[in-house]
Amino acid sequence: MTADNAPLPVARPLPRVFSRLAGAARTALPPFAVLCVVVGAWYLVSYALFAPRRRFLLPPPHQVVLDGFLDWATFHEILSALEATAKVAVVGLVIASALGMTFAVLMNQARWVERSFYPWAVLLQTIPILAVVPLIGFWFGYGFWPRTIVCVLIALFPIITNTLFGLRSADTGQHDLFTLRQASRWRRLIWLEFPGALPAVFTGLRISAGLSVIGAIVGDFFFRQGEPGIGRLIDGYTRSLESGPLFAAIIVSALFGFVVFCLFGLAAHLVVGPWYEPGQRR
Amino acid sequence: MKQTKRRAQRQASSPGPAPVGTALSFRGVGKTFPDGTRALREVSFTVRDTEIVAVVGPSGSGKSTLLRIASGLTEASSGSVAVGSAVPGYVFQDPTLLPWRTVEANIGLLAELDGVAKEERRRLVADAIALTGLAGFERHRPKALSGGMRMRVSLARALTMRPSLFLFDEPFGALDEITRERLGDELLRLYTRERFAGLFVTHSAAEAVLLATRVVVLSARPGRVLAQIEVPFDYPRQSGLRFDTEFTRTARAVSEALRESFA
Repeated sequence: MTADNAPLPVARPLPRVFSRLAGAARTALPPFAVLCVVVGAWYLVSYALFAPRRRFLLPPPHQVVLDGFLDWATFHEILSALEATAKVAVVGLVIASALGMTFAVLMNQARWVERSFYPWAVLLQTIPILAVVPLIGFWFGYGFWPRTIVCVLIALFPIITNTLFGLRSADTGQHDLFTLRQASRWRRLIWLEFPGALPAVFTGLRISAGLSVIGAIVGDFFFRQGEPGIGRLIDGYTRSLESGPLFAAIIVSALFGFVVFCLFGLAAHLVVGPWYEPGQRR
Repeated sequence: MKQTKRRAQRQASSPGPAPVGTALSFRGVGKTFPDGTRALREVSFTVRDTEIVAVVGPSGSGKSTLLRIASGLTEASSGSVAVGSAVPGYVFQDPTLLPWRTVEANIGLLAELDGVAKEERRRLVADAIALTGLAGFERHRPKALSGGMRMRVSLARALTMRPSLFLFDEPFGALDEITRERLGDELLRLYTRERFAGLFVTHSAAEAVLLATRVVVLSARPGRVLAQIEVPFDYPRQSGLRFDTEFTRTARAVSEALRESFA
């Protein structure tokens, strides 16, 4: 047995490294190719469609990098605006998560809570947030907390629905097991329903994290007062026709949303990944 | 307040104590569901201590309902149920493991729910692991286990509470033939060692005859007892018994009764 297998440990590691590299390349190459095509098209449009006088409408990528990222004063301005926006988004998400999960648990515990509040949660989701933002400023002012309220409003619903769905995902057999042992509601919630809900909770968090970033930017954009965030910066750059910094600010806020999305994906992978089997809850 | 009321209600409807020597007895048990479906009609039979009774019958004949009534999970609409052990061990068709718990933690779940002290719990879990051949898998999660191994964990979990009565709801029904036979043999060995009472629901006549002291055949819905067939073999039984002519004859008797039940 050992004699037969002896050469294998020497022969195997090399292909394995290659296959891992090949795997990484398979994931990274296609989106990179798309990026190249987009940048190429961008150059083409910028130089072929716009006369030099009007090229500021779509500055070529290197111009964006020069004006937005490599000009320290501008880049610093963008980063500090991002910091203000990020603070609002994170605090908003934390509050929305706490509120949303609490509501979901209450709805799961008592039917009447669900019947009374769920329609309003749906309504909250359907209110055009842009219509409410000015009202929030009108009532609560334009500081940090009113902006946070915008984030909470926009991020709350996915957390409620996903947590509620997750709490109900435990199967009858698992519930029977707890019933046979006369487990209390609390035990059932903490040992069965909540852990079982985690995969869905993370899905909700991922959606809401993105929404919360949007909420922070929208609030900032419409308030136009208080500590400036990235929304105001974008507005300002548009008004002064500074298209390089404008594009840089847009890219930075998009990247921020992307990073937040990935962070929650990673968190889900670490917390739920070791045990979760999609489509087979047993 | 609401909860204590509900619990009191459950207690009132739960099976009463059985006479000495009887692990479980059904007396004229009927069950009609709120939607009007009649699942069981006048079912009467007894499981004596240290006896395994197999229940076979067509799908929908109320086999699982019978187990749920015996465990107190469902209330009988008529008749009475008497149970010897406080809480019977229940092995479901699905392993019903908690996927975030390791094998060890899954096996210890019932003891943990019952508030058994940690040291004692560890001992119970170790015993159950040894009995079910799960040594070496303690730290695995259900995700990493095959269907047969998951079923072993489910069985081990029921074993930790040392119940004198086991309720098996087609525990091997979802498994492939070979795993099914192997687990059947293991259950036989376990029974020979521990001598618990058991009510074993199955679709398979051969499985019923191999494991049970007696086979109860239920009719199509609403299920009632069509026949009770004694199995003329002593324990310990070996898996080779499957090829014995007497075994074949008994299994055929069960199959024929089962075929009648479809009529």
